[in-house]
Amino acid sequence: MSKGWLSILEKVDDYRWRLPATYKAGMRVPGLIYADERLLRTMAEDQALQQVANVAFLPGIVGWSLAMPDIHWGYGFPIGGVAAMRLNGGVVSPGGVGFDINCGARLLRTNLTEAEAQPYLGRLADQLFHDVPSGLGAHGPLSLSDRELDDIMVRGAAWMVERGHGTADDLETTESHGCLAGADPSTVSRRARERGHEQVGTLGAGNHFLEVEAVEAIYDAAAAQAFGLSMGQVVVSFHCGSRGFGHQVCQDYLEVMEKASRQFEIVLPDRQLACAPLDSKPGKDYLAAMASAANFAWANRQAIAHWTRQAFARVLGRSVEELGMTQVYDVAHNIAKVEEHRVAGQSMRLCVHRKGATRAFPPGHAEVPPRYRTVGQPVLVPGDMGRYSYVCVGTERAMAETWGSTCHGAGRLQSRGAAKRSLQGVDIAGGLERRGIVVRVRNRALLAEEASEAYKDVAAVVEVLDRAGISRKVARLRPLAVIKG
Amino acid sequence: MREEPPFETFDHTADVGIIARGMDLAEAFANAAKAMFSLMVDLDRVEPREERRIEVEADDRESLLVDWLAELLYVSEVDNLVFSHFEVDEISDTRMVAWAYGEPLDLERHNPKLMVKAVTRHMLQVAQADGVWQARVILDI
Repeated sequence: MSKGWLSILEKVDDYRWRLPATYKAGMRVPGLIYADERLLRTMAEDQALQQVANVAFLPGIVGWSLAMPDIHWGYGFPIGGVAAMRLNGGVVSPGGVGFDINCGARLLRTNLTEAEAQPYLGRLADQLFHDVPSGLGAHGPLSLSDRELDDIMVRGAAWMVERGHGTADDLETTESHGCLAGADPSTVSRRARERGHEQVGTLGAGNHFLEVEAVEAIYDAAAAQAFGLSMGQVVVSFHCGSRGFGHQVCQDYLEVMEKASRQFEIVLPDRQLACAPLDSKPGKDYLAAMASAANFAWANRQAIAHWTRQAFARVLGRSVEELGMTQVYDVAHNIAKVEEHRVAGQSMRLCVHRKGATRAFPPGHAEVPPRYRTVGQPVLVPGDMGRYSYVCVGTERAMAETWGSTCHGAGRLQSRGAAKRSLQGVDIAGGLERRGIVVRVRNRALLAEEASEAYKDVAAVVEVLDRAGISRKVARLRPLAVIKG
Repeated sequence: MREEPPFETFDHTADVGIIARGMDLAEAFANAAKAMFSLMVDLDRVEPREERRIEVEADDRESLLVDWLAELLYVSEVDNLVFSHFEVDEISDTRMVAWAYGEPLDLERHNPKLMVKAVTRHMLQVAQADGVWQARVILDI
């Protein structure tokens, strides 16, 4: 770790580091970083910790500028940053949500064992690669009218379910039932609509993926049982968001927010943190547009879930019901939400920004689906395509310390350029295939940028969450087939 | 003759940064557009068969750069086009009119690479030094 950060950060315990508000003039609250010493060393190599300090400048921020153990250099907010603002006098910042509004992860069960699925993996991967469009220039099979797009913005995943693309059970096991209140299509630009028309049901590219996985370890038998997970079971997970629709909403509102920041005389250390008071017109408009994009993303993941089930049914020649392809959970990890939290013993409504961070509500919380309420909310933590991913569960401690939030993945270790250089000439796909992982990807050369080596070991990240108590490990998933754009 | 290339990319942990240069603002902005599309496809395989007129207005030079690139991304996505050649007709600190030349994305021929999600304002800079204009911007991948 650079000597600088070591002398600046105060060690709270083995998994918590405090960044004093005196570090930089203008910080309104201290920073709190969840990491062990090894992870901290990797964080100190880029601008992520500086960005934790920058977020603390935002008006109305309560408690801490929080950093999850997977943080890395983002734009404005670090990726893996969490900040809660009071509604009165606080701001909302599109940079605290990100371009891919409601990027998130979803996990589906099957009742297949790894041995049963093995002979079908190649055909399954082909079918999934065909049925779930991905990569540059991908269009979904649905072309939406303006009216339909309006409905999706307001109703989210339910719109898809009503058209037979899923079940009521899917909605019950989706964060916020797959529909954020307060969406208003009139706050969304023509451009965002044009980009959204043909992109529902597409995966995107970059770090987005769809994987067939096997449960390879169980850490918490009671929670695993509640989540319907058992050793050797085949599951499907995927990671994607609101596609060009959400990107355009964010792009549009960054411009609005730049003007608003000037208008409200908000001093910021980075233009990408541009923001507006939650109770101002630009602030309210952004939240309404963001909710519209969040709902688009939930409809998107609902459509992908449906096509995934159909692909399995087709390849295995069994019905979706016979295959037991029900949903474990769907979480958002790029979102701002108004939630009820306790501040100094008092109940308070706050706008919680989660930029590359997952909600992790505890047992007993009213927003946890009834079937999981005794154990807590499922948290999906994708790792990388060569190693493993985790399923965790929310805790009381997360509620008390991190506004019910936890990490969202492994977090990048290497930039795309560095990964490409260090893995030059290495056949990443071939390496995965030799280890029995089926790979379907648009551009094999690009796989190096998403290789295991480019990411932190998610096991180390999850270990910090578990030890710090802000979520608990439930199960580990190993990839069997990987589909990427 | 300048020693520095017309454009190059720099590393950012999750995304990709570009630096574009030019003898004037127009050239720097045109090179920034080339840099962005070079991340998406092989530029030398994109034929200038179609053209699009792009007009943007912004509050300052930096915002103008963001709007120019964001507008190109939007047109590229909605019309399924990729561009390889750019001509700036007029440019000031707050307004520009330009032409982008390219053709429909061909997955076989263009060697599609990264998908650029958006243009960020993080570390954004447009500045002149020693007679060379330099534009720096980070793209969300």
